[in-house]
Amino acid sequence: MKGVYDKTFWGLTIGLVAVLLLNLFLADWLRGIGLQSLSRGMVALGLLVLWRTGLVSFGHALFFGFGAYTAALLQRVGINDFFVLLLAGTASAGLLAYGLGFLLRRYRAIYFALLNMAFSMILWGVIAKLEVLGSTDGIGVRPPSYLGFAFEGETNQMILFAFTAIFTYLVALATHLYLRSTLGHLTMAVRENEIRVEYLGYSVERAIHLKYIISGLVAGFGGVVMAFAVGHVDPDSMAYWPVSGDFVFITILSGSGNVAAPIIGAVVYEMIRSYAFEYFPHVWQLIMGGSLLLIIMFLPDGLWSLLERTRRKKSVG
Amino acid sequence: MNLQLLAVITVDGLVYASYLFMVAVGLTVIFGVQKVLNVTHGAFYSFGAYLAAQMIGLYYGADWPAYGGFAIIVLSAVFLGVVFAFLIERGLLKYLYHRDEHIIVLATFAAFLMLEDIQILIWGMNPYLAFQPMAELGTTDIADLTFDNYSLSMIALSFVIAAVLWYALKRTIWGKMLLAVIYDREVSQAMGINVTAVFLGTFMIGAFLGALGGAYIAPTISVQPGIGVEVIVLAFAVVVIGGMGSIPGALIGSIIVGLSRAAAVHMLPEVELFVIYAIMALVLAIRPQGLFAPVQARKI
Amino acid sequence: MTFGKITAVAAGLAVILAGATAVSAQTVKMAVPSFLTGAAAPAFGIPAQRGAELIIRGINNGELPAPYDIKGLAGRQIEAIFYDESGGGTKQVTEMRNKVQKEGIDVLAGYISSGTCSAVARVAEELKLLTILTVCGTPRVFEELVPNPKYVFRTMNHGTGNNVSAAHYVTKKLGAKVKGMVGINQNYAWGQDSWRDFHLAMAVLSPKVKVASKQQFPKLFSGQYGAEISSLLRAKQNLVHSSFWGGDLEAFIGQASARGLFKKKMFVFTVGETVAYRLGKKFPQGLMIGTRGPYGMYAVDNKNPLNVWFQREYRKAYKEQPSQPGYQYAQGILGVKYAYDNAAKANGGNFPSKDQVIKALEGATFPSIAGEVKMGLSHGHQGLTPDMWGVSVWDKKRGETVVKDVITFPASCIMPPDGVKSIDWLKGGMKGAKC
Repeated sequence: MKGVYDKTFWGLTIGLVAVLLLNLFLADWLRGIGLQSLSRGMVALGLLVLWRTGLVSFGHALFFGFGAYTAALLQRVGINDFFVLLLAGTASAGLLAYGLGFLLRRYRAIYFALLNMAFSMILWGVIAKLEVLGSTDGIGVRPPSYLGFAFEGETNQMILFAFTAIFTYLVALATHLYLRSTLGHLTMAVRENEIRVEYLGYSVERAIHLKYIISGLVAGFGGVVMAFAVGHVDPDSMAYWPVSGDFVFITILSGSGNVAAPIIGAVVYEMIRSYAFEYFPHVWQLIMGGSLLLIIMFLPDGLWSLLERTRRKKSVG
Repeated sequence: MNLQLLAVITVDGLVYASYLFMVAVGLTVIFGVQKVLNVTHGAFYSFGAYLAAQMIGLYYGADWPAYGGFAIIVLSAVFLGVVFAFLIERGLLKYLYHRDEHIIVLATFAAFLMLEDIQILIWGMNPYLAFQPMAELGTTDIADLTFDNYSLSMIALSFVIAAVLWYALKRTIWGKMLLAVIYDREVSQAMGINVTAVFLGTFMIGAFLGALGGAYIAPTISVQPGIGVEVIVLAFAVVVIGGMGSIPGALIGSIIVGLSRAAAVHMLPEVELFVIYAIMALVLAIRPQGLFAPVQARKI
Repeated sequence: MTFGKITAVAAGLAVILAGATAVSAQTVKMAVPSFLTGAAAPAFGIPAQRGAELIIRGINNGELPAPYDIKGLAGRQIEAIFYDESGGGTKQVTEMRNKVQKEGIDVLAGYISSGTCSAVARVAEELKLLTILTVCGTPRVFEELVPNPKYVFRTMNHGTGNNVSAAHYVTKKLGAKVKGMVGINQNYAWGQDSWRDFHLAMAVLSPKVKVASKQQFPKLFSGQYGAEISSLLRAKQNLVHSSFWGGDLEAFIGQASARGLFKKKMFVFTVGETVAYRLGKKFPQGLMIGTRGPYGMYAVDNKNPLNVWFQREYRKAYKEQPSQPGYQYAQGILGVKYAYDNAAKANGGNFPSKDQVIKALEGATFPSIAGEVKMGLSHGHQGLTPDMWGVSVWDKKRGETVVKDVITFPASCIMPPDGVKSIDWLKGGMKGAKC
């Protein structure tokens, strides 16, 4: 067993320190983008865990939305602590994933992807239908308190960003350790040949179930962060199928090389979207689709492969 | 429940089922052969609707015989089938067949996003209305209710499409070749089947069917931005329920969803929003591969 | 890499990161979001943008009649930034932040969807952005989300007023002819709220009218209404309420006309005017249609000089008739102009501060295109206008649909009194209404 302190550990740690420092004098709008990137990056991280097994979900907005709504609804009944809400939202999404996992772990390939989509659309339908849940107008989310301390405006965003970054760091690190473990490696083999893995004496279904729960947990985490970052939850931004499409978009854009990839990918994604939206308000989808196609065609292993390529070049030269 | 209501639900259900079938059949054809879950299908639909609506407008503006409007609908779809086959299959998918199926789905998703905006660049934001063919056909009274013949004709067209596809697949040499390619791409290539041509041909037919769905439905709706997005999930759901790649499956899946939805609208409208997804989840939970799953070889 | 190169790159980065915050002192930067893509663009987004564009041109060039005949906002030109409202609440919050923190806008006037307004209202307050909500209808903005607004205003009635006035019109015009009612509304917040408000108002005004046990709520943008139309044809009730709009409404009208539904039932379309012009002769006659105020079709013959200018210039510039969203966006921007001009006056002719502008708009009554807007509710942040209802009829001479049998309902009759929540007011029998 390798030690904890590998390259990824140091990379993530340096990244965290840099982000925390940057947080102090970042332009406000960039902090907003940063928060959303961490949120979406988390969901993409969950998808990466699944992707390592060869599974892709077109419905992780289900857990994203579930986490977000759990936090928003709990706030409504008077719980306002950031840490409690984050834990509750994350845990509830994980619980949902645990339950659905019994069914979904039996599915592979496109059926897995689409069954997830079906469930996410049911959640969307339930929210859109119920006026108590704010229907399509959604419900507002107030800035939370942090162990009794509350902040206003941009200070709140700053605190939120700092805590989110720290938690993201911890989650990414934990995921990294999991992926490096025997169980984590084993599931890579599932992608290649599931039957042979069974012959080795491991239960593929159980391994996939665990991955599914992990992905649900982090997606729920992302949802709670998004709810606070935006100050609002609504079904169209949280649970409709193109939202899930965006998560897959980020996952593919990032590549599955490293747990840091989805977070970097999410930042890139947010930046492209933001600028496309600003400069090409009528054809921003054209830009988004075009960038994605370019990545798929010319960078098959995502943005992360760019980093690895430069690193390789360096070591050669 | 009285008989009149039953009759009405049946007719409404079949009309909606034929809408779903026309929306979904092209998707299932392409998936069946190429194993590509093609999101651009939504664009085939909307482009079909736009082109047909525009052409119908021009045609009726010129005062030619009314039935020609139907020829316009089919011709628009044929044209788009050819254009899209070369654009999407030759221009994009060709380079991706060796990749992960999810990557291919995402690539078509990206292409769909682009086509959504290209469609706006071509036809602009203003809606196209082409009610003429619908007005042309008049109405029929069934069970004391008035139905428009155009919607009823969709039922007939759906059965015709299903029958033609079934015949072509089961009774022609083309169909046999197709089955061979579906079963094993490499071996059939070794046996001398031109897989490239088969793929292009299939995609052309799938794209034609998608565009035909849009073109034929165009006279009943207002053709405007966003219609493609709405049909994608519907088409996915129908295809998943029926079994991906299965034409009888798409037909039966459409009928099940259509009848359930009509029953919901008449008796329990609160659940209309979920019907389709609930059926999808239920079918998948019981029969993971859909109702009519093509047999898959297990490679060890 | 040389030091010079590094500096250049750093400087470039700094420019990107800091954004173009440099604001020219001589303009007022105004963001105007509306749907530029997607299904809400044709019926709402594009006409809204055109109305805004036109009124901004009029303001900047000093083309408008008095009292808006002075160029610009308190003398400064408006620099408009139009952008897309689609993408959902989350996206719109991000965009609002970008517009304020990156591009340094001074004021925002726009938003069509209630969902967007619900999402951005609190953020606008947090960002201290003077925000004029122009179209979105949900009463929850000021009743729940920001009960003590400082920066957020809405310059037209909220959705409740529209459905209450519809109920008044039905009661007055049809009376005993109504043998029960049934609703068909899109299954999302606007549709659900519209039906709830209408049927609560009807329960007060026409308590004898029986309500169907099942209401139709088809999915938004579903486009196929065969079964719903069958169900309406079978219904015993003869009055149908619908808040359909845009493509869904056009599809519904096409499919329902073919099956003779409009000959068998009486219809109330609360925002039906949004498609009436475009459907031309195909728009059925005899439908009760609303505009949520005195806009579009209800203003065609209004002789107010500002309205005459607006009708003439809109038709000239865009080769089409101005419908409600154009009026509503223009109205919001006129509210901004009124506030800036009056704040400048109070400030001794100097360019006013944001707080002064807000003070000038709070509780004000400003002349709009076809009547006045009184900022009467929610601490002077929620606008009040009369609402007009009539029946569609084809005018051969003009070659467009017009309305007849028009009745005007004052705001005091259709909007709740200050401090009372819409839903409580409706459930409590609409106490305090002055008709």
